[in-house]
Amino acid sequence: MSVRPNKPAKPQIEATGHVWDGIEELNTPMPRWWLWTFIACIIWGIGYAIAYPAWPMLSRATPGLLGASTRADVAEDIKRFELANAEISARLAAADLTAIAGDVALQSYATSAGAAIFRTNCSQCHGSGAAGVQASGYPNLLDDDWLWGGDITAIHATIAHGIRNDTDPDARFSQMPAFVDILEKPQIAQVVQHVLAISDQDHDAAMAQDGAALFGENCASCHGDGGLGNRELGAPNLTDAIWLYGKSPEKLLETITYSRGGVMPSWTQKLTEAEIRAVASYVHQLGGGE
Amino acid sequence: MTLPDTPAPSLYAAREPVFPRRVKGTFRRLKWGIMAVTLGIYYLAPWIRWDRGIAMPDQAVLVDLAGRRFFMFWIEIWPHEFYFVAGLLIMAGLGLFLFTSALGRVWCGYACPQTVWTDLFILVERWIDGDRNARIKLWNEPWTLRKAGLRAVKWSVWLLISVATGGAWVFYFTDAPTLLGNLATGMAHPAAYATIGVLTVTTFVFGGFMREQICIYACPWPRIQAAMLDEESLTIGYRDWRGEPRGKHRKAEGADALGDCVDCNACVAVCPMGIDIRDGQQMACITCGLCIDACNDVMAKVDKPLHLIGYLALSDEVAERSGQPARSVWKHVFRPRTLMYTLLWGAVGMALVVALFIRQPIDLTVEPIRNPTFVILSDGSVRNTYDIRLRNKNGAPRGFRLSVKPDTALTLSLEGTQGDVVTVPADQTLLQRVYVTVQRGNPIGTSDRTDLRFWVEDTTNTDRVFKDTHFTGDAE
Repeated sequence: MSVRPNKPAKPQIEATGHVWDGIEELNTPMPRWWLWTFIACIIWGIGYAIAYPAWPMLSRATPGLLGASTRADVAEDIKRFELANAEISARLAAADLTAIAGDVALQSYATSAGAAIFRTNCSQCHGSGAAGVQASGYPNLLDDDWLWGGDITAIHATIAHGIRNDTDPDARFSQMPAFVDILEKPQIAQVVQHVLAISDQDHDAAMAQDGAALFGENCASCHGDGGLGNRELGAPNLTDAIWLYGKSPEKLLETITYSRGGVMPSWTQKLTEAEIRAVASYVHQLGGGE
Repeated sequence: MTLPDTPAPSLYAAREPVFPRRVKGTFRRLKWGIMAVTLGIYYLAPWIRWDRGIAMPDQAVLVDLAGRRFFMFWIEIWPHEFYFVAGLLIMAGLGLFLFTSALGRVWCGYACPQTVWTDLFILVERWIDGDRNARIKLWNEPWTLRKAGLRAVKWSVWLLISVATGGAWVFYFTDAPTLLGNLATGMAHPAAYATIGVLTVTTFVFGGFMREQICIYACPWPRIQAAMLDEESLTIGYRDWRGEPRGKHRKAEGADALGDCVDCNACVAVCPMGIDIRDGQQMACITCGLCIDACNDVMAKVDKPLHLIGYLALSDEVAERSGQPARSVWKHVFRPRTLMYTLLWGAVGMALVVALFIRQPIDLTVEPIRNPTFVILSDGSVRNTYDIRLRNKNGAPRGFRLSVKPDTALTLSLEGTQGDVVTVPADQTLLQRVYVTVQRGNPIGTSDRTDLRFWVEDTTNTDRVFKDTHFTGDAE
């Protein structure tokens, strides 16, 4: 292309030749590289549609020559993370349960992994904050009261085998009788007053007096003479401030009359040993661990 | 409608090549100076070292994306302090408003990377191909071995500059000497190579071949700046009332009737944008000032007053046309609008400086856990839980003692730690769960909300900070 730069181009605007009602259409040409950019984009688009998933079909889009798939990417990412965690995971599964808390790296891994597993598997009953459901039978895991023991070994056993389930022979088991068949209604009312008395609540002293004898005959075998409970049997302490099913006289009456017994599934089938240990470590460090 | 009687004109136009001539003068010297300073800062800044302690990077200017830190000499900015960066961006914006309203498109003409790199590329072009006439001649020549050789040399030098440009960019994001070693041995992260590749291509194409096309067709800034200019803004213009009618000043043509413009086209020949400033204000003019130098050179030679082309404000035109002297430059620069921009700019700057100096020596956040808000313990006491984040911005580990007020009613304990002291490793944030318990029977345990204050004290010195939060009781 020959140019004559000594003649500066005066802005001479060319007309397209189109005239409407005496109004002339001028032609201000666009830069030609725009056209090339546009064509390059089209070519790129065609190449992209061939190389990557593009055309929607009935069941899925065309796969593309490069075989790109975000699902496969995710699966690969998961595999990569599992591989990266394999070593510490194996260490967690083999470690002495009581030694986990003292190992900074192991404890950090266990609580992070445990928190994720807890949110997925446990939060349905125990709540995402692990506070349970007050007075409804789903235990609060943040407090210092434990039915079956609150040290890491006991928590681990509870998670691994569950409570009162039919699927795991090692599940923790105990059964409170329904006293509707054993005691008369006034007797049950007296026992309620006794329980109110030992837990330092408002009560009828005379009825509580009679209830104490009934308690000794019927309840103390599991809950202990003083009502302090028995962790071997999952029998709750009746003298403290924590009530799984409520502390009001009405709730206590209902509990004694019809009995209570929560069920927790066994997690051995669903989670690996390392995962169970991770959840146990997580629960143990929530503030109530012993 | 009448049908066109001529063949349809092309709707696309090829780029007209521009061959700016070499020029000497005040503005050219200024531009050389600015180029040296800006390119110097760009290429050298990542190599300045700055000692911050063992666990910290020793690069003076570093954007640590992985560690989410921004280092600028003695300033370290964490993500939660990003308002500093926002403040700097606001200052940059206000600075542009100020300079544009006072001095027109000075950013475009002197400091814009597109302008600076194009200038550098043209300098290389001139060294290799010669000045304007030689370059035009070479352009129009058919391809010969000599032309191919010259092109190869020129493009190679451009490519070297481009690689260095992309290369300098990545040094801002990681330790420069380490990265240089890794780049050379092929061990650097693919992102580094990709970044260098992209910046090499853009620098090479934009500086070597697109040049003014970027300013005219790709950049939004000229169009935005136009809205910031007013009739008091200084900009480059041709004093047509002095220059016209232009002519070659040959006696035979009646030189006496002509204006000062000798129609030598020097202003056109030196223009990197390929425009004629005598056509008036135009979008393509980046106000680089080279036409002023070219014209002043000629005016001096023909013994006429300088500044036929020069910085002027639109408001002066009327006075100048009637032979009055123009108002002084300072009167154009100092006016309410620019004063306001300056004040705003200064206010933001002062606020940032103040914010920088009142930064707490210890960074502490306290987040009360709300799921659940409180826990009743077996002895009937009520417990609240708080997540405390402690940042240690020093290069060495620090011990922090935690306490809570009022301490008569509240007891504090730390998860996983005996006592009340935690150690935060160098340049890290520690997340510590803290329990605050109130005994059964205390009214705090049964009231909905009680204010409390966490104190954190550095065990090695007297630095201490507090954070107010509250205690939630069982108020059912």
